[in-house]
Amino acid sequence: MTDIFGVPIVVLLGQLLLGLINGSFYALLSLGLAIIFGMLNVINFAHGAFYMLGGFAAWLLLSALGIGYWETLIAAPLMVGALGAVVERLFLKRLYRVDHLYSLLLTFGIALMLEGLFRHVFGAAGKPYPIPPSLTGGINLGFMFLPMYRAWVIVASLAVCIATWLAIERTKLGAYLRAATENPGLVQAFGINVPFMLTATYAFCVGLAGFAGALAAPLYQVSPGMGPSVIIVVFAVVVIGGMGSIGGAIVTALALGIIEGLTKTFYPAASSIAVFVVMVLVILIRPSGLFSREA
Amino acid sequence: MAEASLLDVKGLEAWYGESHVLHGIDFDVRKGEVVTLIGRNGAGKTTTLRSLIGVVGKRRGACSYKGADLLKVAPHKVARLGIGYVPEERGIFSSLTVLENLLFPPAWQAGGMAVEEIYGLFPNLKGRDSTSGTRLSGGEQQMLAIGRILRTGADFILLDEPTEGIAPVIIEEIGAALRILKDRGMTIILVEQNLRFAASIADRHYVLDQGKVVDEISNNALDANMDRLNRYLGV
Repeated sequence: MTDIFGVPIVVLLGQLLLGLINGSFYALLSLGLAIIFGMLNVINFAHGAFYMLGGFAAWLLLSALGIGYWETLIAAPLMVGALGAVVERLFLKRLYRVDHLYSLLLTFGIALMLEGLFRHVFGAAGKPYPIPPSLTGGINLGFMFLPMYRAWVIVASLAVCIATWLAIERTKLGAYLRAATENPGLVQAFGINVPFMLTATYAFCVGLAGFAGALAAPLYQVSPGMGPSVIIVVFAVVVIGGMGSIGGAIVTALALGIIEGLTKTFYPAASSIAVFVVMVLVILIRPSGLFSREA
Repeated sequence: MAEASLLDVKGLEAWYGESHVLHGIDFDVRKGEVVTLIGRNGAGKTTTLRSLIGVVGKRRGACSYKGADLLKVAPHKVARLGIGYVPEERGIFSSLTVLENLLFPPAWQAGGMAVEEIYGLFPNLKGRDSTSGTRLSGGEQQMLAIGRILRTGADFILLDEPTEGIAPVIIEEIGAALRILKDRGMTIILVEQNLRFAASIADRHYVLDQGKVVDEISNNALDANMDRLNRYLGV
């Protein structure tokens, strides 16, 4: 068996795959976070909680109602997105005119409340969610074994990320969104319902977090703590990619997942801080982020 | 012109946050007219336009337009009544190209101009399709800002200081274009500090001071009233 710096290649590839999967979740989450920041100017600290809600929605739909994985993959994001729309209409939209800090504190409070509530009702222990029968098993690639579900996670999240990026960068609707971040009053004067567009954007982005949560359910256990454990890294991804840069968030997320995986292979002790070391370096060299338009 | 007013503004008041900016504006505009709002900086001209389309905070009074009260129309529905707004800062989107800027506002009414027609009116824009909107000169951006409204089928245009900071040659071109639009039956409210430019296209002038309309002068009577006007404007 071939080794690279004393690490068997199978181990290396396995860690790379894990990194890519983590990166896929980072991408789904940081994409939404970047859009919310770019369009609404809100630093959405509740994003991790919505991710957790997606996971719980999947678990509850299955354990209480017997609704299967594929239906859940549609239903969970819709449920989380609907809750997001309510949060935006009731609270967030009142804060657009005041300093960022208010919406940051609001969303942070919502995150704490949701996590506390779920810990109180469901306990801290993880809930198992079975891999759907159609995605069990795996493919032997010759050099390694690729579990079907993990491959599906990568494909599904990449597809969703790219579709979202295309919708924002290449469609008329996306042009309205981009223009509304530059000059919302004028876009409104052209007859476009900007407040509705902002609600829909927030709902869509937290819906993406819900989708990530449902996608994660069979891989990691569903627990109230799943949000906080991932959200800090996701914030780092958005900072590294450049706040508000959508393409940047996707690329950075995957790259950081892989960097994490590599660190785990070659220097496991540093794996949990690798992302933050990268963040510090990027802030020192290019403070506005790798993919930001101004620099 | 004995036609009934297209827009009738009565007792319009407006606030930016706590500060009370308009203190009862009264004026009317008939179909096919070009009416200017003139006055010193801070007199409330821009705020009047912004109040009509609903981008200021609080408003009071009445603005009847085609049978609707504009103050009761949701801000995003004003454009659907055929009102086109060209802001003072021109509002060209830097993330969009010239053509994208031109195609940006949705066309809410039939009868809007085709892109080729707009290029006929403003030849400077021709051949610049893929240039980023904000790389155009100030004058060209102004043309683009007017042009994109013409596509929407708007027949009532609110123009905020189209000549500000623009080269005299371009001002002439914009003036010529506005006269063509007027001949086509377009109704225009023009906020302007450049009196000569205003006089070259307007039918009537309203003088604003400290958030109120203090005088109305028809364009024919402009020369006779120059002294009075200069006193208002403090020149």
